[in-house]
Amino acid sequence: MAHIVVFTRNTPDTAAKVEVGANGAVTWGTAQLVLNPWDEYSVTEAVLQRDAHKGKATVISIGGETHNDALKQALAIGMDEAIRIHSDAEHDPLTFAALAAAAIRKLGDVSLIIFGKEFVDSSSDAHIYMTARKLGWNAIGAVSKILALDFAAQSIRVERMIEEGKQVISARLPCVISVLKDINEPKSPSFIGIRKASKATIPVWTAAELGVSLGAPAVQISAYRNLPVRSGSCQIIEGGSDQEKAEKLIDILLKEKAL
Amino acid sequence: MSNVFVWVDHFRGKALPASWEAISAAQTLGGAITALVFGSGVGNLATLALHYGAHKVIVCEDASLADYRFEPYAALLVRLVKEHAPRAVLSGATTRGRELLAAAAAETDSALLADVTELSVEGEAIKAVHPAYAGKVLSDLTATTPTVFITLRSRAFPLPTLDASRSGEIINVAPVLPAEQIGAQIEAFEEQRGSVNLTDAAIIVTGGRAVGSAEGFAPVRELAEVLGGAVGATRAAVDAGYIPYAHQVGQTGKVVSPNLYIAAGVSGSIQHQAGMRTSKIIVAINKDPEAPIFKIAHYGIVGDLFKVLPALSAAARAKLGK
Repeated sequence: MAHIVVFTRNTPDTAAKVEVGANGAVTWGTAQLVLNPWDEYSVTEAVLQRDAHKGKATVISIGGETHNDALKQALAIGMDEAIRIHSDAEHDPLTFAALAAAAIRKLGDVSLIIFGKEFVDSSSDAHIYMTARKLGWNAIGAVSKILALDFAAQSIRVERMIEEGKQVISARLPCVISVLKDINEPKSPSFIGIRKASKATIPVWTAAELGVSLGAPAVQISAYRNLPVRSGSCQIIEGGSDQEKAEKLIDILLKEKAL
Repeated sequence: MSNVFVWVDHFRGKALPASWEAISAAQTLGGAITALVFGSGVGNLATLALHYGAHKVIVCEDASLADYRFEPYAALLVRLVKEHAPRAVLSGATTRGRELLAAAAAETDSALLADVTELSVEGEAIKAVHPAYAGKVLSDLTATTPTVFITLRSRAFPLPTLDASRSGEIINVAPVLPAEQIGAQIEAFEEQRGSVNLTDAAIIVTGGRAVGSAEGFAPVRELAEVLGGAVGATRAAVDAGYIPYAHQVGQTGKVVSPNLYIAAGVSGSIQHQAGMRTSKIIVAINKDPEAPIFKIAHYGIVGDLFKVLPALSAAARAKLGK
């Protein structure tokens, strides 16, 4: 079956000023939580492929209740169903992968998982490749285009951007991919979608129900810190002409051994 | 530390600098360093790894490993980790390194310290610093699993000195996954032309919305070429269609950390800053003296980029003798 899954979560908006407060907690003031920005592309791609292949598209979040908003946003954009898996270790990719793989096995008929490039809060993409490996599936990251997708033949053909250029890769399904922002023009929620999402009840699955026993996260986040404040202010290069300013700046950069 | 692995990321025999930087990072952990080189026709990389400071190299040469693919590389790395039980496995946080180490960490239920900028050892624990929330804050991480996987942000650790007199043992091993069991085939490759890889670049010249058009990037490209640097762009410039996404620096683009970052016509949004604020020297060129970019820049020229950039190219040509 043409069943596509996207995993997403709620994260601070990219324009949010994120800081560590006096109590050591990360805060983003009054900025809104939004669908993880990279997932605008994965959700859109899932909806486009679902439409093209007359399949089903499910969106899943792993974490607390706050992620229901991201799930509703994804439903409003056009995903068919949403599930939340409760987890207290939201930022631990191994925990994520164990729960994600168990959920995919429970769904049973999933052929393709599409992730956005990374989660902006943890600033990590490890959960993507960990999920693939826990499932024993292939993974192709940094996909900029799906060239062909055939659920009957269980095959996919994609363009992948690597440091050196662009590859064309064909792979068997089931498969995990992560997509870049090049892949599509993100869809906005439709009026009908918003109405549907507002009425949706989102089932909550637990680790116990999925048969996953969770230990302590393998990586402990011992503290969050603010970035060191840059000392000194900007030296504005003055001069009578652009030429003079340019020459002064190049001299400074040579002295700083920056050139 | 008993034994530390460094996986050497390369493309068709050409290593990414982050792979050698990983040898520097491994030295901070102590212990013997074993470089892992997978591929086809990569004997020269094994020698180079020794010259950069590895004590030993494990090489797996096979046609099925000629280009990186997730399944055969992960199967091989997992096998080697299970056989040798290294204290840590390091690689650059490159596209391939991030995928491969995450996969192997998952299969061995090991901690992964991903995309780190600092590394230290404290007793049994390995500690690292990772920029989180798109680089807006730092997180201090601690890992204590028997093997810890670590990916390192490009340019966060120095390139070790190259010493051609160094030598060491080179061990050959066989691949793990038979070719017919590999579920992915690479059908074609198109090289990215005319630009340096942004994350490796020592110098980046970036154009913002104010370049105004695709042609407007000409003076940006010219200065980058004169300085031997790469061309960056802001999201605004990419979204306006002036330049491909591969050049985008910022929260939804690449995170870079060059020695010199020249921002021309860049206002300096919080999203753009997230991608470049760790650059060693930041130069801002903007008509608007109130632009936020000047708050994080070390040097600034208030002026029109279409006049200042050509003047900089001319001055650099004259003074660098180009």
